[in-house]
Amino acid sequence: MIAHGDPATIPQATRTDMRFDTSPAPHVIAGYTVPRVMFQVLFALVPAGIAHVALFGPGLLLQLSVACVTALLAEAAALRWRDRDAAPALKDGSVLVTAFLLAFSIPPLLPWWLGALGTALAVLLGKHVFGGLGQNPFNPAMVGYAILLVSFPAEMTRWPVPMDVESTRTWSELARMSIAGFYGADLTARWDGYTGATALDSIRNGLDLRYTLPELLGRDDIAGTLGARGFAWINLAALAGGLYLMLRRIVRWHIPVAVLGGLLVPSFIAHGLDSGIALGPALQAFSGATMLAAFFIATDPVSAATSDRGRLWYGAGIGLIAWIIRTWGGYPDGFAFAVLLMNLAVPFIDRYTVPRIYGRQP
Amino acid sequence: MNPGAIVVAVLVAAALAVTLGVALGWAAAHIEPDADSLVERIDALLPQTQCGQCRYPGCRPYAAAIANGAAEIDRCPPGGEVTVRALAALLDRAPRPLDPEFGAPAPAQVAWIDEAKCIGCARCLPACPVDAIVGASRQIHTVITLQCTGCELCLPPCPVDCIELRPAPAVSQRYSQPRAA
Amino acid sequence: MAARSTFHAGLALDAHKQQACGTPIVELPPPTQVVLALDQGTGYSAEPVVTVGEAVAVGTLVARTDHPSASAVHAPLAGIVVAIETREAAVQGGRSVCIVIDGDGSDRIDDSVRPVADPAALSPEELVQRLRDAGIAGLGGAGFPTATKLASARNLGAHTLVLNGAECEPWICCDDALMRSAADDIVLGALILRRAAGTVRCVIAIEDDKPAAIAAVTRAIERLRDDALTLAVVPAVYPQGAERQLITAVAGVEVPSGGLPADAGVVCQNVATAAAVARWATRGEPMLSRLVTVTGSGVAHPCNVRAPIGTPLAALIAASGGYRGKPLRLIAGGSMTGRALPSDEVGLTKAMNCVLVATRDDIGSRLGAVELPCIRCGDCADACPVGLLPQQLLRAALADAHDTLRQLGVRDCIDCGLCDYVCPSQIPLAHRFRDARRRLHEAEAMARKAADARERHDLRKRRLQAAATAEQQTFESVRDRARRPGDDSTGDTN
Ligand code: SF4
Ligand code: SF4
Ligand code: SF4
Ligand code: SF4
Ligand code: SF4
Repeated sequence: MIAHGDPATIPQATRTDMRFDTSPAPHVIAGYTVPRVMFQVLFALVPAGIAHVALFGPGLLLQLSVACVTALLAEAAALRWRDRDAAPALKDGSVLVTAFLLAFSIPPLLPWWLGALGTALAVLLGKHVFGGLGQNPFNPAMVGYAILLVSFPAEMTRWPVPMDVESTRTWSELARMSIAGFYGADLTARWDGYTGATALDSIRNGLDLRYTLPELLGRDDIAGTLGARGFAWINLAALAGGLYLMLRRIVRWHIPVAVLGGLLVPSFIAHGLDSGIALGPALQAFSGATMLAAFFIATDPVSAATSDRGRLWYGAGIGLIAWIIRTWGGYPDGFAFAVLLMNLAVPFIDRYTVPRIYGRQP
Repeated sequence: MNPGAIVVAVLVAAALAVTLGVALGWAAAHIEPDADSLVERIDALLPQTQCGQCRYPGCRPYAAAIANGAAEIDRCPPGGEVTVRALAALLDRAPRPLDPEFGAPAPAQVAWIDEAKCIGCARCLPACPVDAIVGASRQIHTVITLQCTGCELCLPPCPVDCIELRPAPAVSQRYSQPRAA
Repeated sequence: MAARSTFHAGLALDAHKQQACGTPIVELPPPTQVVLALDQGTGYSAEPVVTVGEAVAVGTLVARTDHPSASAVHAPLAGIVVAIETREAAVQGGRSVCIVIDGDGSDRIDDSVRPVADPAALSPEELVQRLRDAGIAGLGGAGFPTATKLASARNLGAHTLVLNGAECEPWICCDDALMRSAADDIVLGALILRRAAGTVRCVIAIEDDKPAAIAAVTRAIERLRDDALTLAVVPAVYPQGAERQLITAVAGVEVPSGGLPADAGVVCQNVATAAAVARWATRGEPMLSRLVTVTGSGVAHPCNVRAPIGTPLAALIAASGGYRGKPLRLIAGGSMTGRALPSDEVGLTKAMNCVLVATRDDIGSRLGAVELPCIRCGDCADACPVGLLPQQLLRAALADAHDTLRQLGVRDCIDCGLCDYVCPSQIPLAHRFRDARRRLHEAEAMARKAADARERHDLRKRRLQAAATAEQQTFESVRDRARRPGDDSTGDTN
């Protein structure tokens, strides 16, 4: 063993009397913060947003702005009432995620005050009555959405006819209609042909009128090559964004895979049994809010189950309930209620899916 | 879903909530825990200093008084806020601050006899609620630190004031579970 | 044996090892003064057997102990005991009684330091006792007395001795340096330890990111041709070197919760401890020195130093070229589990494997952390190598819910800090759990003391009652006799 440097020059027992601050271990952290997680989520929504605007007009952007402003105001107000420091909470970005998810879920034609109302309810009733970030048992965005859907069913199911349907005219007209809708103008007068139910809604109504599924899918305003007209592209974009989140390890695979499994496996079986009325997996996967729900909504960590095993059950439950609502329920898309119902089941799931601790019997 | 269905759903949920609420309320009112075991459980939370600061002759009588509603849960200074909170949780009441009338919580202490001054009168012996003093008439007395609860009851009887209270050593090793590796 | 990851989580961390490992080992000349903490890092102290003013030689026993968790301390240099007092030390609680020795510059060696003639001639029990007398303690970071572990391994019939050369924590590389430079010592020590522990086999475990160490140890093992001494290469995942995780990786068994490794038939020792055992066997040297990594952006020349136990850290840092830049923390240990020390005058302990002088470059992530509420993201549970649910433990810890804490396994937590590391809300989880464990421990001790007091009080009450009853009876009988005239006159004539 060799000493580096001449030992004689090494000062010994130097009384430098250096004093240091102390702090508990660990002394390093990954530095992956809540704001960064939240902004990654927002970033991952960009492709879906682009598809949304391209297909349904700029309504989404209007909804996003009103939702974000309302959400920040509501958060600030709630924190004030609860006597908390607002700055870090506003900066953590979580309330913006809520605003984004809600804006993506509501129709782009919704009058602004409904968007604002829904967002305010989401933040106040969905989050702060339970104690704010991390305390809410329900997904706040879905709380807002569900209240709006139950209270304003007509407004909440009126979507623009997407651009990839032949009969739609131009995007600029879509834009004008979106603005009119945003200010609450009566759309039926001028824009009647431009609005309609979503594909899932049309199919459900059609099936109620005893059309068969192939007949309905033959109509070109309902389904395209992949899934529902318009929504197929948004779903694809959301899938891309979701895969990005998975790649960045912000979302782990358990919930999205389980949600899709819970939805697609039964639809595959049902479609196989009776292709006349049961929607096939492709249509289920690429219509409505499927991908948004699987990757962005159900994965909200606060209101999801805790352990990996628990998250599989939780996701599968959401997929299955959504399938049930889509098949037999009163609403065209069932994800909001599926998520809220499974939120309710989380304590129960958590209780029975505690991971085994090292060195203990299972 | 049509409005009728919503109304039905809301009514069903409300009915369920009311039924469960009534059932739970009834259960809370009628299934009373057995009084003796309640005293035990309260006693288990008290520090067993046996000092009498709660104005009961020891912890168990105080536990009994809490159990039958004769005393509030805020009278035990040696237990401090921690004990009040534990009692509040056990009895499902709101925690409250200690009642200063009964004394203020102080750091744990143990008695120490100045053996140079002790005259061996043995008057402190019967005062100790936990037999923590050893000695006999005309012998020097001493305190078994490990067992002393710091209740101060041995102080008044001593004619030469040779007993003093000193800060207790950290929870003594005898009472910590050894964790061999 | 093939590499396999056996705990469900863990993380590959930035190793930061190249800094100190590139340079050769520095042999520190005897410092002018040593500060020997009587608690060598386990929380239990030895008792001094020297007095202030006494002259000591190299290897003189200065503190002895009967406690299974404390180890004997020997003078690492010849000189005079100048103080025995409580000082700041690199131990739990930050203070320990220390024996301070001023060196006289000579290298007088104590008579007790004699090479062991033939370790193989000693019975295993004698071997264990001699290792205890030599103050041999775990050099891996815990400083636990080796003899105690060996004895429990014997009692419980352990079959495998695992030598821990995983060294998974960032920054630390003294074991790596030792394995590369003194593999033969390690192997020799392994054989002695194997005999003392009474195990059939011995496995030396090394992480796969240390190819040079693996090669050196492989060659040393080959020279020996002992079938019951093998090498296991384990994946470089933090915390692979944690005792329980390593045991599972190497022996394929889990140490029962709350139990000892020996309950699973395994006993674990650090490779550096094995080398120290070899030094004891060949030179008769008790534990006088250790190899320690001095590193971090705050020292000029990070390196591994062989230094006497008790060397003030300032001297170690001086040997590494002195401070550089703006050191913010002085950490005994690595960046994940190390203890931040308040002063560089504390002495090196047997448990200290690393001195990390950290600047903002090294620990900036923690310094800048803003704690937010838990968002239940589950990242912590995903990272926890023990399979705990830190987010639920946190809730229980804040509420001081002792039953829940126990049930959720706060005591199974190995304090690896990974949950902290990954938490996006930057919650100091490991610290909270340490606190919660301490409070739980105190509460349990208080409860036991209270139970004891209750019993004594009850016994006293019963005794007083019995005495009162007896007195009453005597009184009554006397009174009765007094009331019956005649009895009196008859009298007791016995
Ligand atoms: S004050 Fe507390 S410790 Fe003292 S006797 Fe009463 S209950 Fe026991
Ligand atoms: S020795 Fe004194 S202070 Fe201690 S328990 Fe007995 S009476 Fe109380
Ligand atoms: S009362 Fe005081 S003087 Fe008497 S025996 Fe006790 S300590 Fe000694
Ligand atoms: S990593 Fe942090 S924020 Fe996420 S669940 Fe764990 S404690 Fe909560
Ligand atoms: S510090 Fe404890 S709870 Fe956190 S990851 Fe390590 S073992 Fe798990």
